[in-house]
Parts: sequence; structure tokens; C-alpha cells
Amino acid sequence: MPHAPRPQPGPVRLAHWVNVPLLAILAMSGLQILAAYPMMGPQGAPYGVYPFQGTPPPGWTRLGEWLAGARHWHFAFGWFFVLNGLCYVAWLVGSGEWRRRLFLPRRDARDALHTAAYYLRLRKEPPRQEPYNGLQRFAYTGVLVLALVEVLSGLVLYKPVQLRALTALFGGYDPARLVHLGVLALLALFTVGHVVMVALHPRTLGEMVTGGRRHE
Amino acid sequence: MSDPRGGRLLTRRTWLLGTAAVALGACDSSRPRQGFLGAMERFNQRFQSALFDPERLAPEEPAEALTRPGAFPQYFISDRVPLAPAGWALQVGGLVARPGVLSLDDLRLMPRTDYRIRHHCVEGWSAVASWHGVRVSELAKLVGADPRARFVEFRSFDAGYYSSWDGPSAFHPQTILAYGMNGAPLPPEHGAPLRLYSGVKLGYKMVKYLTAVNFLPEPTGGYWEDRGYEWFAGV
Repeated sequence: MPHAPRPQPGPVRLAHWVNVPLLAILAMSGLQILAAYPMMGPQGAPYGVYPFQGTPPPGWTRLGEWLAGARHWHFAFGWFFVLNGLCYVAWLVGSGEWRRRLFLPRRDARDALHTAAYYLRLRKEPPRQEPYNGLQRFAYTGVLVLALVEVLSGLVLYKPVQLRALTALFGGYDPARLVHLGVLALLALFTVGHVVMVALHPRTLGEMVTGGRRHE
Repeated sequence: MSDPRGGRLLTRRTWLLGTAAVALGACDSSRPRQGFLGAMERFNQRFQSALFDPERLAPEEPAEALTRPGAFPQYFISDRVPLAPAGWALQVGGLVARPGVLSLDDLRLMPRTDYRIRHHCVEGWSAVASWHGVRVSELAKLVGADPRARFVEFRSFDAGYYSSWDGPSAFHPQTILAYGMNGAPLPPEHGAPLRLYSGVKLGYKMVKYLTAVNFLPEPTGGYWEDRGYEWFAGV
């Protein structure tokens, strides 16, 4: 009989830890790029919805020292982020792990709501942890979708004319720039929530490092 | 060799950390065109050239998208708005059959191209204006540019600002020597009497205050390119 899978198989752990420095590099070099023009909307018509018009992100959040340096960091490491994401998705599909990890609304929506209610102290029953509860599946599937939108909006900013169909899909260059920053904020929010949940369930950190015990 | 752990000198962890340290050590933000960042930029340049479609046009923008008067940024590196020297004319040289000098009237007699497209600045902003002028490809025909001249260099009287372009981008149908903006003669703040404009490059490639166009067999650099910005800089 084949071994039952570990809670976190090798490919997941590799993709996860490779992502940590990549996301930090991309977020911080992106904020250095933003500092060159910390406005949203085309020249002469700034967007009213953006609350930080004219305010550059604080220095400690930035990487690359200046615009050209940050652009080189961003466009160098963006490839590795895309490659890591593609490898992860290919593995999800190839190994069949997508069934265990992805959010399928009909199966997981109710459990996701119950779990959210538990963390908000609206329900007493603790959520299922094995393998993943609905809320986890929602979060880890949602963050994949966010990453995809982040890459696509980034490609629009990189090549708005060569990829003009994609640019049109986002409603234009400046809307894509707003989406690119907005999704970064959502990714940052996910990371904060993720780290808080790991702090509440420290066993999961060990599993992401060693793979965890096999469940027979 | 007496390793207490039994000979595994190079563990996976030290190998990973070592690789990461070497990779990050080769990333020097102040010299981004060297080291690992430079190698990745050369890869990105090949990717950009491969992605570049000489037939694909930047979309025409509607009149409502025009940037309101005064809001289109002005940019030059001199202390004041550079003014054309008396008797200004464009010098055309390099690998061409008929090198020479063209006045603004000579250029106006050539086929005229008009468009209203979006400008993409390396800083991240965009703006819209309409431009008119003569295609660089028309100029190449007029002077008999040699097919071996696969690069075009544009020079200015703005404190030596210059840039060199790959042929396919320079000969793109939306790459023009512009002498007009928003239906009027090109104003001094935007590069009068003649500037380069294009739908397929970032703003810093579009040299203003032109003095010379050279058709060359090799790429040269550029004002910002020599300081660390990307050379290809397509959009």
C-alpha cells in the first residue's frame, strides 16, 4: 500500500518558501517604482478613489534605491515568481492535490462560513483541520487568483501596446496600474492574516518546514 | 576530513542559503545593468524584441482622453527650455547613400502622419496628445539607408541628450519625427522644432530638440540608458 501523503508534500514546501523572498522583493521593488510617481490615474485626471495621491510609500518598504534599480529587480524576479506559480499549479493538477487544496464552492462554502464564524467568536465548535477546512481552501485558492491578476496587470504595465488586448481587458493602462497596487494591498492583507493564523496554530509552521507526519 | 555529522559538508540548507547570497550579492541597485540584474535585463531585452510586433499599432485614443492643456509634463535636461539655434536643420548621416541636411520645410513636404495615442513614461504615468510629423521609415527611404544599418541614433541640442533605437522600432509606422502637437506647431516646451515620437517606446527614448539622425550598424547608448535605465524600453 502506498504511503499516505504528508500534510505538506515537498513541492508545496519548496514553492511556499521560494515565494517568501520573491514576494518581498517584488512588493518592495514595486513600491520603489511607485515612489517615482505616487499618483493613480492619468496626468491631469487623478483618480478620486485613491486615498494616497502624492504620498510616496515609506522608505523602509522599498527596494532598489532608485527607479532604474527597482525596475531591474522587479523585471528580473518577476520571472521566478511566474515560474514558481506555474510549477505549483502544474503540480496541483498532476498530483491530484487540487481536490484537497482548492476551494470548490458546493463542497466548501458552508464549512468556510462556519470556520469564519468560529474565528469571529460567533460559533463554539472548532473547525475541521484535516486536511484543510473550507476557509483555508478559500484563502489558498483566492490568493492564487490574486497572484494571477497581479501578474496579468503587471504584464499590462510592462507592455501596454504589445499586449493591447490584455490592456483593454483591464480597461486601460491606468486602471491596470490601480489594480496592480490594489491587489498588492490584498496580498499584503492575506500575508498578515496568514501569519496570524500560523501563530494561532504553530503546528502548521512545523509542517511547512518538515512536511509533517504521514497519516495512515 | 572530519565532519562530526558524518561527511555532509554541503547540506541542502547551506547550499540554498549560499545560492541565495550569491544571487543577491550580484544584484547591485546602483549598477543595475551589471551582475545578475544585468544578465536578467539582457534576457528581458531578448524577450521584448521577440514580443515586438512591427505591425501592431498603439490604439488611437478618443478626443475625450486628451490630457488637458498644461497637464502634459514638460521635460528637458538643460536648466531652461532649450531653444533651437538660428538656422536649425536636421543632419542625417551614418550608413546612408545620401547624407545631408534637412530643413523643417523639407520635412513638411514629406508624407505626413497624424495620430492621437497614449504616452507611457518610465515613472509610471500616462498622458494623451495628438502628434504629427514624418515617419522615420520615410526619412530612411529618402536618404537611402543601408539595410546593414540596423540601429538608429537620435541626437539633440538639449545638453547632449540622445538615444539609440533598434531598427524595427525606429521603422514602426507610428515612429515619427514630430513637428506638431495637438494640431499646432510643436511648442518649445515639448521639443521644438523637431522631436522623436512613437507608440512603441517609453518616453525617455523619444528624443526632443533633435539635431541629428544617424543610421548605424551598431547600437550606441543614450542619456538615461548610460545611467542604468533599460536600452530597449518598449511598451
